[in-house]
Amino acid sequence: MRNILLILVLLAQPVYAVQPDEMLDDPALEARAREVSKDLRCLVCRNESIDDSNAELARDMRLLVRERIVEGDSNEEVKEFLVSRYGEYVLLKPRFGGSNWILWGAGPGMLLFAGIGGMLYLRSRSRAKAPGEASLSDDEAKRLEEIMNR
Amino acid sequence: MIAELGHFALILAFVTACLQTVVPLVGADRRWPGWMAFAEPAANVQFFLTVVAFAALTYAFVTSDFSLQLVVSNSHTDKPLLYKVTGVWGNHEGSMLLWVLIVTLFGAMAQWFGGNLPPTLRARILAVQGSIGAAFFAFILFTSNPFLRMDVAPFDGRDLNPLLQDPGLAFHPPFLYLGYVGLSMAFSFAIAALIEGRVDAAWGRWVRPWTLAAWMFLTIGIGLGSWWAYYELGWGGFWFWDPVENASFMPWLIAVALLHSSVVVEKRESLKSWTVLLAIIAFGFSLLGAFITRSGIITSVHAFATDPERGVFLLLIMGVFVGGGLTLFAARASVMEAKGVFGLVSRESALVANNVLLVVATFVVFIGTIWPLISEMLFDRKLSVGEPFFNQAFTPFMVILGLILPIGSMLPWKRARIGRTVRALWPALALALAVLALVWAIQSGRSALGPVGMMLGTWLVVGAVIDVLSRAGRGGNGRNRLARLARLPRSDWGKAVAHSGLGVTMAGVAGLLAWEMEDIRVVQTDESFDVGRYEITLRNVEQVQGPNYVSTMALVDVARGGNLITTLRPEKRVYPVAGQPTTEAAIDNGFLRDIYVVIGDPQQAGGWAMRVYIKPLANWIWGGSILMALGGFLSLSDRRYRVAAGSRKSSRLQGVPAE
Repeated sequence: MRNILLILVLLAQPVYAVQPDEMLDDPALEARAREVSKDLRCLVCRNESIDDSNAELARDMRLLVRERIVEGDSNEEVKEFLVSRYGEYVLLKPRFGGSNWILWGAGPGMLLFAGIGGMLYLRSRSRAKAPGEASLSDDEAKRLEEIMNR
Repeated sequence: MIAELGHFALILAFVTACLQTVVPLVGADRRWPGWMAFAEPAANVQFFLTVVAFAALTYAFVTSDFSLQLVVSNSHTDKPLLYKVTGVWGNHEGSMLLWVLIVTLFGAMAQWFGGNLPPTLRARILAVQGSIGAAFFAFILFTSNPFLRMDVAPFDGRDLNPLLQDPGLAFHPPFLYLGYVGLSMAFSFAIAALIEGRVDAAWGRWVRPWTLAAWMFLTIGIGLGSWWAYYELGWGGFWFWDPVENASFMPWLIAVALLHSSVVVEKRESLKSWTVLLAIIAFGFSLLGAFITRSGIITSVHAFATDPERGVFLLLIMGVFVGGGLTLFAARASVMEAKGVFGLVSRESALVANNVLLVVATFVVFIGTIWPLISEMLFDRKLSVGEPFFNQAFTPFMVILGLILPIGSMLPWKRARIGRTVRALWPALALALAVLALVWAIQSGRSALGPVGMMLGTWLVVGAVIDVLSRAGRGGNGRNRLARLARLPRSDWGKAVAHSGLGVTMAGVAGLLAWEMEDIRVVQTDESFDVGRYEITLRNVEQVQGPNYVSTMALVDVARGGNLITTLRPEKRVYPVAGQPTTEAAIDNGFLRDIYVVIGDPQQAGGWAMRVYIKPLANWIWGGSILMALGGFLSLSDRRYRVAAGSRKSSRLQGVPAE
């Protein structure tokens, strides 16, 4: 359910993502352009990369990426160039560093936290002494029986 | 007139829901049977009234009653009948009505099948379910009334968004909502148990079928949505890590964790408070999903037309239910002490590991989804979090989960020796490593994604097969073992089928992402070109008139080694009323690959832009989802979990141990 409404405002004739006339003749450079495009956000779209987007602005950005690649920029330099022009917002993969360490550290940090919590729980369970550990207490067994028989 | 009837039914349903919240709660507290029993007719009446309201709105759509504002903005007389009906929930107001319809359906079902629950527990469950209904009825009536009239009825409507005019809309939202809202039952059970102050093995057994059903529907709903995106959007993307997709994925992940932890409650009387907490969080994520989709706070491709007033109302609902649930949990969690004792290496520990991984993975998705918001508010950094982040940060958890799954699912309860389980699994291990080496050798030099995906898929599927076979025992001849296999409880089969489904999906995702081929070019009519092993020929392009659209349809021949495989008809449609174009990709589905053809724009120098994709293993993604849902269904049909079994087959159930 891509929201095309917004794009329609910008476009008379819709185009669909990468067009044949945009593509570079050198397949190696074109492949690099595609790779870089997948990490860049189309600024007027909702969470779409410029590689997938139909917007006119995305097309301009794709052409810009190819221009820089032809001029000999590395993939990182191309992204750097687009960030300097459009801001950090353009990167679909946030950079490491600054406040973003919270984002990137969330997974490993939580895994460590939850892993320790889980281990502590398991240890407490393996050391606990429970009478009649294999079954329910008499009381509960009776209750369950009663319920199942109702 | 009929619209007013619907509106009135909705108001009555709201009143009933309010009464259903209060009366049984008081009754259960004071032990007044009459007050407790009030919940049952109330649940039925509430469901019936909502059906009336829903039917009234459907009637307005089918008869194109353009005096209703909602019908004007989302329908058109030329629209095919199927889309007139599905258009009912192809918009914010109507989809909310579908949502409460399902809330009340689950409430009524709890009453139909809940005969074996203790009366106080049942009354409290229905009261909590009633309060959820009341909140959403209020939301609809005060902020999103579908029955608003126009001052002047226009001659015709503005048509439904063409992207939604697809059979996908008929099935995707209803299944998704059955899943979202189904989790409200787990929530109601959890809250009722907290009020009751008692969580035991019986509770674990009662809550499981509801979670299982919700999870199964959610799996189908997400799978359908992904498949819909795949064929409708024109480049065959199947998952975009879009906020709204994440909003459906987070409850799914938590529901998986909940399913597994409730097994521990049921069999071993441990992890009780954790399971109750998961039940609250799972429904919390469902509500978060509703909030994200409808408030516009996070921009997403799926968002309905958004409105701050609605956002605030939904945030309030979420705050009350999640906040209230967690407060109650904090107050009461201490009464649920664990009973089971188990060693560090045991099925219980494996299920704890499963829960840790799933919950952490959910947390990663959650923080990735809301990070742009937090970052802008707290750090004044406007940034995006998209697909590349999630692929990198989320995937490792799924890989680890896949690696430990077959071992964990075969470990015995209480105390186990890991060496024994691994020895039982050696054929799966050997086969998986062989697949890894083979795929690695064949594709030389590309990413590790493909080989690792294939290895995980093999490991999970063969591991599930070995798990089932091991249940049949060692002794006896082939026929004995076969008979024992046939007698295995359905839930054992369900487990194996669902686990192998996960393996198939993982292999499909990895295969598609790693080995997709794409070809974009300008093609003249009757020109041929090669994509991979296939020869593609553009035969012809013609204009076709549809019921409410004009289509540019191409005729494309696909051949391999000179033999014609199929003729595909990709289309580009323009819907004049809505003024929107859509691409209709043509797909040749195959077991090992899809051929996906899209026709683009005519070029100034003649010819047409065309894209051809070869998508390996694409159908495995949805095939695996179907297997997962089927596994859920098999477990659900297990005699031991049939909710009403206790009342009907009491004599036969006597032999079942309380485990």
